[in-house]
Amino acid sequence: MQSEVIENTATSENYEKSTLRSGIMDGFKQAIPIIVGFIPVGFTFGVLATKNGLPGHMTVLMSFLVFAGSSQFIAVSLFAASMSPITIIITTFIVNLRHFLMSAAIAPHLSKIPMSRKLLFGFQLIDESFAIHMANIDRNNFGETQAVTVNCIAHFCWVTGTLLGVCGSHLVADIRPLGFDYALPAMFVVLLVWQIKSNMHAIVAFISAGAAIGLYLAGAEQLCVILAAIIGATAGVVLCNIRKK
Amino acid sequence: MQYSQEVILMTIVGMMVVTYIPRLLPIALLSNKQFPAIVTQWLSYVPAAILSALLAPSLFIHEGNFSLSFDNMYLWSSLPVFIVAIRTKSFFGTIVTGMIVIAGWRYVLVM
Repeated sequence: MQSEVIENTATSENYEKSTLRSGIMDGFKQAIPIIVGFIPVGFTFGVLATKNGLPGHMTVLMSFLVFAGSSQFIAVSLFAASMSPITIIITTFIVNLRHFLMSAAIAPHLSKIPMSRKLLFGFQLIDESFAIHMANIDRNNFGETQAVTVNCIAHFCWVTGTLLGVCGSHLVADIRPLGFDYALPAMFVVLLVWQIKSNMHAIVAFISAGAAIGLYLAGAEQLCVILAAIIGATAGVVLCNIRKK
Repeated sequence: MQYSQEVILMTIVGMMVVTYIPRLLPIALLSNKQFPAIVTQWLSYVPAAILSALLAPSLFIHEGNFSLSFDNMYLWSSLPVFIVAIRTKSFFGTIVTGMIVIAGWRYVLVM
């Protein structure tokens, strides 16, 4: 792939094409764990929603429009429990508040992108793609083509997995063969390890982990991620400034 | 399920709106602003904090309770995964390790 890039620099049009292609290839490689993880999880979601009586086309539409795994699972269980639509929407809002922090953290790195493409970027910003983008930014390896490729593959796999689950729900007994369900936790482990750039980052991670577990057990399951992240990042700033004095 | 198609559709559209707003607003409003140093510092801790907060409950909470027992496969499988991640920093090596360890563990349990 690199040699192609060098050969094609003769004309600028070819050069643009080859950087486009290498960006897409790069994004594709980085999205592999998302592909491995999202198709089975999307499948599980499709099966679960169907078994709970949600119409198939609505299930697929939800994956396409909402594109938020955990809140979709919660929404299906709330539908099954005959909760009101308002309850479902408010719960979704609370569960997805954490994306506010992700969007704020990534915002300074998207300043060169035009507003219309920011609209798409925001629509597809999820936990997994955020973690990959931040790791790329740290290594000065961030590009719009590559990032949008990761986002679109994730979106496509989530919708496709859901569709397969809706169609194949009658076939399924066990949805966890071969350890596919562990691809995403394992990806979070390595992306977290990459984010630990100093002792203070490690301290922040420990504080957030402890806070998340504590809040979860205290009953704040829906809010634990955003609250724990705020507590962790704030503790990091406070401790860092105390140490400087 | 007691809902009509229209109610389900409206609920999905509502979910889309409340999911999109937090994802978009900061990107749309903040990306051309210069933050004060303390905000930049705070945001620099956000990725580590949020990844850790996402990961910790999935590892330490098993069937609704805090668990350090060997029934909690996700937690103990994460030990070799963390070791590989810290030693090699390898993206794929870490993920493959995780999948092999958890699949192997399940295989041993079935035996």
